[in-house]
Amino acid sequence: MAAVQDGPMELDAEKEAKPEILSDGTSNLSGNTASGTLSSSPLTAAPAGGAPKMEDQQTLIAVLQFLKRNKLSESVEILRREAGLGEHQEGSQATDGSGGGKGDGDGGDANSLLSRVSITSAAAPQSMPVKKDQPDVSVVLSAYSQQGDPPLYQVYYSGLKNFIESVLDCHRAELSQLFYPLFVHMYLELVYNNHETEAKAFFDKFSGDQECYYQDDLHILCGLTKKEHLKGNEVLLDFRTSRFVLHISRDSYQLLKRHLQERHNNQIWNIIQEHLYIDIFDGMPRSKSQIDSMSGSLAGEAKREVNKAKVFYGLLKEPEIEVPLDDEDDEAENEEGKPKKKKTKKDSLGSKSKKQDPNAPQQNRIPLPELKDSDKLDKIMYMKESTKRIRLGPENLPSICFYTFLNAFQGLTAVDFTDDSSLLAGGFADSTVRVWSVTPKKLRKVKSAGELNVIEKESDDVLERIMDEKTASESKILHGHSGPVYGVSFSPDRNYLLSSSEDGTVRLWSLQTFTCLVGYKGHNYPVWDTHFSPFGYYFVSGGHDRVARLWATDHYQPLRIFAGHLADVTCTRFHPNSNYVATGSTDRTVRLWDVLNANCVRILTGHKGPIHSLAFSPNGKFLASGSTDGRVLLWDIGHGLMIGELKGHTDTIYALKFSRDGEILASGSMDNTVRLWDSMKAFDEVETDDFTATTGHIHLPDNSQELLLGMYHSKSTPVTHLHFTRRNLLLAAGAYNSQ
Amino acid sequence: MTEREERRFAEVPRESIKLMAESSGVELSEEVAALLAEDVCYRLREATQNSSQFMRHAKRRKLSVEDLNRALRWSNTETICGYGAQDALPFRPLKEGELFFVEDREINLVELALATNIPKGCAETMVRVHVSYLDGKGNLEPQGTVPTAVQSLSEDLLKYYQQITRAILGEDPHLMKVALLDLQSNSKIAALLPYFVYVISGVKSVSHDLDQLNRLLHMVKSLVQNPYLYLGSYVRSLVSSVMYCILEPLAASINPLNDHWTLRDYAALLLSHIFWTHGDLVSGLYHQILLSLQKVLSDPVRPLCSHYGAVVGLHALGWKAVERVLYPHLPAYWANLQAVLDDYSVSNAQVKADGHKVYGAILVAVERLLKMKALSLTLAAEGSGAGLPGTTTGAVGFRENSPGLSPPPEPLSEPPLGIASHLQAGGAGCPWEEWTPVSLPAMYCELYSFFGDSLAVRFSTGPPLGGATPPGPCQPLEGRKEPASSAPNLENTRKMPQLTASMNISPRRDGSPRMEPQPPSLAATVPGRSLARSSSSSSSSSVSRSRSSSSRPGRSTSQSRDIFPKARFPLPQAGPPAFSFIIGGRQMGRRCQGRRFQTSFTPTPPLTTHPPRAYAHKLPVIGRVSKPVRRWTCSHYSLHLPL
Repeated sequence: MAAVQDGPMELDAEKEAKPEILSDGTSNLSGNTASGTLSSSPLTAAPAGGAPKMEDQQTLIAVLQFLKRNKLSESVEILRREAGLGEHQEGSQATDGSGGGKGDGDGGDANSLLSRVSITSAAAPQSMPVKKDQPDVSVVLSAYSQQGDPPLYQVYYSGLKNFIESVLDCHRAELSQLFYPLFVHMYLELVYNNHETEAKAFFDKFSGDQECYYQDDLHILCGLTKKEHLKGNEVLLDFRTSRFVLHISRDSYQLLKRHLQERHNNQIWNIIQEHLYIDIFDGMPRSKSQIDSMSGSLAGEAKREVNKAKVFYGLLKEPEIEVPLDDEDDEAENEEGKPKKKKTKKDSLGSKSKKQDPNAPQQNRIPLPELKDSDKLDKIMYMKESTKRIRLGPENLPSICFYTFLNAFQGLTAVDFTDDSSLLAGGFADSTVRVWSVTPKKLRKVKSAGELNVIEKESDDVLERIMDEKTASESKILHGHSGPVYGVSFSPDRNYLLSSSEDGTVRLWSLQTFTCLVGYKGHNYPVWDTHFSPFGYYFVSGGHDRVARLWATDHYQPLRIFAGHLADVTCTRFHPNSNYVATGSTDRTVRLWDVLNANCVRILTGHKGPIHSLAFSPNGKFLASGSTDGRVLLWDIGHGLMIGELKGHTDTIYALKFSRDGEILASGSMDNTVRLWDSMKAFDEVETDDFTATTGHIHLPDNSQELLLGMYHSKSTPVTHLHFTRRNLLLAAGAYNSQ
Repeated sequence: MTEREERRFAEVPRESIKLMAESSGVELSEEVAALLAEDVCYRLREATQNSSQFMRHAKRRKLSVEDLNRALRWSNTETICGYGAQDALPFRPLKEGELFFVEDREINLVELALATNIPKGCAETMVRVHVSYLDGKGNLEPQGTVPTAVQSLSEDLLKYYQQITRAILGEDPHLMKVALLDLQSNSKIAALLPYFVYVISGVKSVSHDLDQLNRLLHMVKSLVQNPYLYLGSYVRSLVSSVMYCILEPLAASINPLNDHWTLRDYAALLLSHIFWTHGDLVSGLYHQILLSLQKVLSDPVRPLCSHYGAVVGLHALGWKAVERVLYPHLPAYWANLQAVLDDYSVSNAQVKADGHKVYGAILVAVERLLKMKALSLTLAAEGSGAGLPGTTTGAVGFRENSPGLSPPPEPLSEPPLGIASHLQAGGAGCPWEEWTPVSLPAMYCELYSFFGDSLAVRFSTGPPLGGATPPGPCQPLEGRKEPASSAPNLENTRKMPQLTASMNISPRRDGSPRMEPQPPSLAATVPGRSLARSSSSSSSSSVSRSRSSSSRPGRSTSQSRDIFPKARFPLPQAGPPAFSFIIGGRQMGRRCQGRRFQTSFTPTPPLTTHPPRAYAHKLPVIGRVSKPVRRWTCSHYSLHLPL
């Protein structure tokens, strides 16, 4: 299962294409197993180095200090005599240690500090008694009573815990962020160094303190008690290879640093240096709720600078298409409307699209396929339909049509509608893809080559003649995959269908012949999702190998590989302007990738569970993401910030869709409900000025209930897909579940 | 938290590891076993965690064996086979030794392969679209018969619904019984009624399966009997489902081995029950039912089983329905039936058998019609006193009198009071609108012309009971016993199983009974003549004639009258007509002694000493028709009437 176990497959042409993260992981892991020093601290190495005597002595000295301070002079004498320690020894070491600690002015020079701390590590306990705080006494005492190194971990951790709990409230919340990464790293180090019982004890003692949204990871962690287990476990691999990112205000950071230096708590400091990335910002410390809303991902929050890149989220200019007016007039007359008014409307629409959006990418930033005649026809259809579109709003909710899959015993795993809502595709766990015609028009195959030869090519109805009437049926089954189909996506021109499967391939199907055209092999692991670009030609896929790949339909190898997620890429979506790709992952982050250079331009953290659905708003400005924890988060792409949280669902959200004008967000979930949210209100309430502030965090109003416009139950049918027709009718799809 | 964490996950004990190793012939040391056990635990956990990903992407809540196998496959481990079944595996302990195991029954492949009940393939995956919410509001219009406001149903109710339907439609007869009983008595299932009605409307899709049809009908019965349910307009849906079972040429009828006749009988009973108990909920229901029954009856294209259903249905709806629909139709229908019955070709055998069924059904229906009519006449005569002549129509007379009877002799006739009036007010063009009551004698005559002695076999006169003398009919006549005074009659029965009725009624003079504006008056019936007739004609002419009359389909009524000059009676001016007969056995009737049924058209004055109650008391015993309506399921409606 581990992505590291890539077999011989990587030897072939795929090799260059291998994502960085994979090779990183491999090397890192081998490094770990080979040397074992990568992360082991000086302290843990110390006993192995054969200096137990030194250790003992230190403890003894520490005890002496304690006794002295408590005015137990007799005991001090006795102990000193029995241990054979000189008073000078103790004093000199104490000054030495404290000097080393004080020499460090600020934490900017991490390396020097680290080295100093390491050097003075042996003397650390001695320096502690100098300070008058309670925690260090307990540290020393427990060290003494347990006579070993690993137990110190508990001491260190509880020392830090006591410290953090004693600081001012405003700092406590920020510093509490340290608990989880430290806990995990300390636990892993214990496991790594074969201190099984200590690791267990450590876990038992402190796992209860962790935030509830880390429960899943803790479950995995608790099952892991042997060094050998570390080898194949991806979650831990991620932890060890990536730095956990924390946002901490400068004040809080100073506080922490001072504490650690004073205690010479080098074990913790080591971990902070090696495995954590502390992003320090100036300004007010954040509140607990602010922190909670952003944390939860596998690797902490996103670094601020990664979200600094400019994202051209505007829409591309619509190609100018002359709408045949006569057609329109006919229709207008038919519907007793005023043709003149409509024309002006159209003009205004046209002029709007002619204006270049300042946030839009250059028209040719990504080469896009040229429009074919049929595409233009479709665009005209689209415009016509959109004039009849219902304007939705809180007072005007959409009607919902539910497409229920009956007798789907094999398991419905994915659904997609074409943009014009004429076709419906379902991916099934039995490896088949089924396509249904939603309209009365039946699905027909193109005739065989021999029969096509006979057809007179000049005839007007040649497009009609090439279809084989005998094959007309309401649905077609596409066989080809050898594993459950996890993702399906129609091309915008309705000629192709993509399906991604557990067998590691993405397949391109022709909807003319209902045969498989290409199998794209690149992911060597299950491909969880795939999505066509809104302009066709390109598509993106993401899978268990933790990368998303950009493909063009006429290339059998990926054009771009988007690597960076720490766990499976579970869902992929194209930005409406086709220049960006959003991916959701099991590592509980959403990333936005630039198609042009495959750079990660946004990392959005805040989800507390794997992300299973994504949706861009039609104007390209916002992104909605839904996860297994039943929450929908709204993001501002331009600023890379969370702007809303929609709570209400009680199970995984598998479907998200904005209405055609973006006023309503529909979410569909495993809990058999469709919920409609007032996305306009959610977006409007955020003052975008806040974003420009350097802090870059906003206070999220808890207004899910106000934003919830409606909740609609299905009859034990989980909602797998949602789609707004061009006239803003909401289509939902799911398989009836009889259990 | 910490306490909970102590046992953090399931563990495989080292003993198990050792056992497994031993079973494959490897001896493990304690240490190795411990290490292995720990590793096994970890790998199991890892596999489980990985498999959950497949579950999530398959958009399921339940982790399946397949998920685990996929996880194993991707970690290059052999997959586990043999656990893919959907059903839960029973996990059992073994008493001796603390052993737990998954039950793994041996399956006889030969049996499986040669089994005749080939499992049906899964239904085709399909997509059904349905407007769930209009403009963000619940769609208030009912979809079919099921309302869409499903959200009002609690989980418990849904579960109940599932369990009940599963139990009723399942294989276990005991479960079914329990479910039906509950359905019959549960007071909290009103919200589920539309669902059950919907399930029942599924009769149309299981017309090949008699068993299922039966179960659905039982469900109807339970629902109808549930005192807490207000059926409302769902009655219509239920009735249409039941009517389907009565009238439609079910797919199951194709196979002559299937006893769809019983189903139809049962459905007919059910229909009448629904109608009597809930008929007032839907206006015009009776009218509609009669209309559809009549339509079927008058449609010669329909198969005989449909006709049978129509007849049984009419019969179940009461003798008035028979009188109004079946009786006027009989002349037209007879021709068709006769044609079928006369065709002796081999290919026609099955149809002919069916024809006999219909014949029997009609016979039973008209028999009861006669019986009830006679009864009603009697009561009319009794109730209306001497002033009221015997010419009063049965219906009217009965209507006036029945409320006065403490145990209604024919309990079923109470509801039709309202219905009959409705019928009169029914829509224009209904064929029985201008229906005029036919007098009993006329009816008998006409019916006799069709059935001949096979009708007669069911009615027989006893010895003269002194019809003119009032106390005559009041003799205690126990239905089960031969009347004391009927020794010659007994001989008669023995000698000739087919007994003709000897009635003191006057025949019709002219052709169609419907054209007769005035029921013929019973002129001067002489009781003594009836006896003479029974002894003379029944033995000689009727036996020879009955066949001939029935074999001539086109025979007009006038002809038959000619043949029966004896049936011409003078009007019973002098005294009230006495009417007594013995019901013969079954059609074959050799073993049965026949039962005596007697009534008399006695005027009231002589009867003053005997209030009508005396009759009422006796009637149930005599006719066996007047059992309490509660026991409507019992066989007294059935055509297999063990008379």
